[in-house]
Amino acid sequence: MATKRPSPDDLLAQAEAEEAQGRRGSLRVFFGYAAGVGKTYSMLENAHRALAKGRDLVVGYIEPHTRPDTLALLAGLEPLPTRAIEYRGVTLREFDVDAALARRPDVLLVDELAHTNAEGSRHAKRWQDVDELLAAGINVWTTLNVQHIESLNDVIGQITGVTVRETVPDHIFDAADEIELVDISPEELFARFRAGKVYVPDQAQRAMQNFFSKGNLTALREMSLREAARRVHTDVELARRIRAAPEPWATAERLLVCVGPSPTTARVIRTAKRMAVALDAPWAAVAVETAGAAEDGPAKSRIAQHFRLAERLGAETDTISGQDVAAAILEYARGRNVTKILIGKTHQPRWKRLLLGSVVDDLLEQSGDIDVYVIQGQKESEEGGKPRAASPRPSWKPYLGSACAILVGGLAAMALKTLHLADSPANTAMIFLAAVAFVAARFGRGPAIFASVLAVLAFDFFFVPPFRSFGVSDAQYLVTFGVMLIIGLMISTLTSRLKRQIESTRLREQHTSALYQLGKQLSSLYGGVFLVSAAAKKVAEMTGGEVAVYLQQPSGPPQLAFGYNTAIAQHPISVSVAQWVVEHDQIAGPATNTLPNAAGLFIPLAGSQRVLGAIAVRVPDAERLLDPEQRRLLEACANQLALALERDEMVIEAAEARVQAEAEQVRSALLSGVSHDLKTPLAAIAGASSSLLEATSLDEETRRQLLETVAAEAARLNRLLENILQMSRLDAGAVKPNRQWHVLEEIVGSALRRTSRELQTHTVDVRLAPNLPLVSVDGLLLEQVLVNLLENAARYTPPRTAVTISASIDGRWLRLSVSDHGPGVPPGAEERIFEKFYRATPTADGGRGSGLGLAICRAIAQIHGGTITATNRPGGGAEFVLRLPLAKDAPHVVVE
Amino acid sequence: MATSGDHLVLIIEDEQPIRRFLRASLTNEGYRLNEAASGEEGLRVAASYPPDLVLLDLGLPDIDGQQVLRRLREWLAAPIIVLTARDQEQQKINAPDAGADDYVTKPFATGELLARMRTALRHAQPAGPQSSAVCIGDLRFDLAARLVFKRESLIHLTPLEYKLLVTMLKHAGKVLTHRFLLREVWGPESSQETHYLRVFVASLRRKLEDDPARPRYLLTEPGVGYRFAAE
Repeated sequence: MATKRPSPDDLLAQAEAEEAQGRRGSLRVFFGYAAGVGKTYSMLENAHRALAKGRDLVVGYIEPHTRPDTLALLAGLEPLPTRAIEYRGVTLREFDVDAALARRPDVLLVDELAHTNAEGSRHAKRWQDVDELLAAGINVWTTLNVQHIESLNDVIGQITGVTVRETVPDHIFDAADEIELVDISPEELFARFRAGKVYVPDQAQRAMQNFFSKGNLTALREMSLREAARRVHTDVELARRIRAAPEPWATAERLLVCVGPSPTTARVIRTAKRMAVALDAPWAAVAVETAGAAEDGPAKSRIAQHFRLAERLGAETDTISGQDVAAAILEYARGRNVTKILIGKTHQPRWKRLLLGSVVDDLLEQSGDIDVYVIQGQKESEEGGKPRAASPRPSWKPYLGSACAILVGGLAAMALKTLHLADSPANTAMIFLAAVAFVAARFGRGPAIFASVLAVLAFDFFFVPPFRSFGVSDAQYLVTFGVMLIIGLMISTLTSRLKRQIESTRLREQHTSALYQLGKQLSSLYGGVFLVSAAAKKVAEMTGGEVAVYLQQPSGPPQLAFGYNTAIAQHPISVSVAQWVVEHDQIAGPATNTLPNAAGLFIPLAGSQRVLGAIAVRVPDAERLLDPEQRRLLEACANQLALALERDEMVIEAAEARVQAEAEQVRSALLSGVSHDLKTPLAAIAGASSSLLEATSLDEETRRQLLETVAAEAARLNRLLENILQMSRLDAGAVKPNRQWHVLEEIVGSALRRTSRELQTHTVDVRLAPNLPLVSVDGLLLEQVLVNLLENAARYTPPRTAVTISASIDGRWLRLSVSDHGPGVPPGAEERIFEKFYRATPTADGGRGSGLGLAICRAIAQIHGGTITATNRPGGGAEFVLRLPLAKDAPHVVVE
Repeated sequence: MATSGDHLVLIIEDEQPIRRFLRASLTNEGYRLNEAASGEEGLRVAASYPPDLVLLDLGLPDIDGQQVLRRLREWLAAPIIVLTARDQEQQKINAPDAGADDYVTKPFATGELLARMRTALRHAQPAGPQSSAVCIGDLRFDLAARLVFKRESLIHLTPLEYKLLVTMLKHAGKVLTHRFLLREVWGPESSQETHYLRVFVASLRRKLEDDPARPRYLLTEPGVGYRFAAE
């Protein structure tokens, strides 16, 4: 039967869990219901047992205020040094994560999982430290009280009247591999507390007095037992499923929790979490962005906080937009097969609910087959939740404007009445109504109410008998008054809703276009530096803050790539923050749980393969960056930059591969060319010398010829090797011209002397213009150019022809040419002869050159900023022209 | 050709083939030889049997050739000729300043080496009573009167030109580095740059040479300095 077999998903989940265990360390939680039940004691006892079994166990941190008999148990255990943190003049001792990571014990003991770290620590919370240790593969034992579990936090707060701020997310507790329930009876604990055996900080003494009431302890104990039992249940559940037991029920439940700015939402989210766990159902938290709702700054940031809470508790979060909140939620819910919707109960005045309706009512009405749970909320006023402080300071100008409008309306009505054009009170009321409508549309709600009141007063005073008094003779004018007020309110509400809708549309459009522009810009750029600066500038423009970018290096910490002058760059811990963000692929900085005292919000640049770095944003109001919309936008920008950088890296890699392939090709061409050229003279030398050795009867003339061959071929080999070496040095860019002021004549003379043997059958004509200035060149290299050109001339032109060397000034260039009367350059090959291993024609004596001489000439000309070209002279023969830039500041030396 | 009969030559060279062909050609010329295959051995042999001339390879397996050169120069007055390869351009340029009398670039012809050795040995001879009249090719120097003639016509030289020419003449046949000439002619405190020297040499060539672009007397040693051709 198919249903009896474990589903592939279950097996996969188990495999994943097992694999995760292989990588991660295991977490063992000593779990109790209150301080003093003996968690730390029990943990240390277990530690001694483990130590006796030979496990490598280290005490990371034990609260120093632990009772003496517990502290006595520390004897014989290896303690990890703690870290001292100066905080407001007090030295605090904190658990040292880095020391633990460096020590890497098998088991590490860290007391008080819910502890909040001192400012300046890497993580805000100790459970984050522990999470990092687990991720590093270290097994951790820790202690935890039930009231510190996030989802139970407010329930317990309600029971005990003591709210605990230090909470541990459920997923951490749920992911614990072992829960060790430490339990004693409340009576015993109560007795211990009264005997002073339970440590509580002084300032909490009073609260603790209340906390340690017997009723509270019983309730807490029950809670802890139930939580531990739930864990056992989960384990059993998992085991059962793996053993292919039939499903007890179809778990097709899906939960959706509605998130709003109201502080009651936090409770709703926690309730949803508990329900989701109980039902074993996935759940999502959704906020509706309506055009109408007053989502100003503080409200948005509260929504963001709620989202973070929901994410911590394991929910998916999403923001949807719509005109009608209930309809938007239901549409979303139906689209995702949600079976249950949770929403907080808000306390609206009854009349308001009746008049405007409420989301809850709408939901209940339209939900159809979806269950709707309405969770008890608290009055907003108790929490001071209304964002009054943030509403803009009322300005008197709109009121003046509305007064003017009513005045104009009144005058108009007066004029019409005087002219007997419209003297019925209804028409007068209409004119006032028009004025009120104008004010409502123009200035909003407050001025609209003000205008309505003003209009009614004016109407009453001037147009309703008895005139010039506020008395009303006819009750029907009260209706006029009421209608005027209602219309004013309606119009102002509609207008403001429209305005907000336009505003939010505009914002979204801005974000979209910003992203689009960024994408377009990034796709048109190459080079990491340009990509980074383009993206950073865009982000700075969007957020109005400072932006710095850190890029991951092949080794060592990330390096600053943009924003050198920002406060972020100058902050001492920025590099470490960037490193942490890169390593963990998580956002960090102010208003997050991690490294809240960083200089800015650090967002990982997560590419498709790895995290390439981090982008840091610093704005005066960090909370603003955690607004989901803003955060998503920043993440999208970071993502685009990461992908662009990755693309760029790939382009570079591809280019490098191509260059390498080309180099490889050149190298193999060189090898095949060179091996032939090397072998020819070697063969001649080997042949001639072995003949000399072996042949017994050689006449003097033959011996001499053979020896001459050896000498000539050796010289040829030498020249070839020198050319190859020189070319490879030039190719590798290893040659920097050693420029000195030279007398050209001397270099020419030197070259002529070196080629005197080759040129002995030619006549060389030297024509240097008189008064040539000193030239700034590398003498040896320029000599090499001349030697190569002269050797070529000797090699390719018939004997007894003339070779001419001439030099002259041509504008700001020195023109140095070597011309001959040989066969000239093959037409069309004027450029190709400067390529490596290109050989134009056989040499005059039928041999071959190395094919490198002219390539060397060109390379030398180029590193001097000059050119070399070959042409055929009109009268026959080739001319090679070297042009070198003349320096302006050539020194003048007077000999006389 | 001057006899080289009694001269003891020390060859410090790690390459066996080079030593072999040097041995063949030098013994043929009548030199007596000592050979060393490493720098340390060379220093030891030189100390035991003080040579009249040293042929030193700069690319030695154990110690840097330049260092051998310096350590020999600390006590040895005999001429040292350095053997270099092309890719040791910089060493070649430094060698004369480190105390080498001359250098030969590998691969070299035996004739060239022998000529350098003769020149070096001649300069090592204690300076005998010098004649004030010297003739080299078509040049005639009257050192007492500080006059220079070319084909018996007087050459007009500036004092610095004359000083430069005489300095080179005094070390005829030997390579003279830029630095040496600047120091000798312009004084040890001189901060003149090499191009001063180049311009003066060019000027001298115009006065003394038939074709200044193909000098016969004032030869250029590229990258190192100059040599006054003695033969």
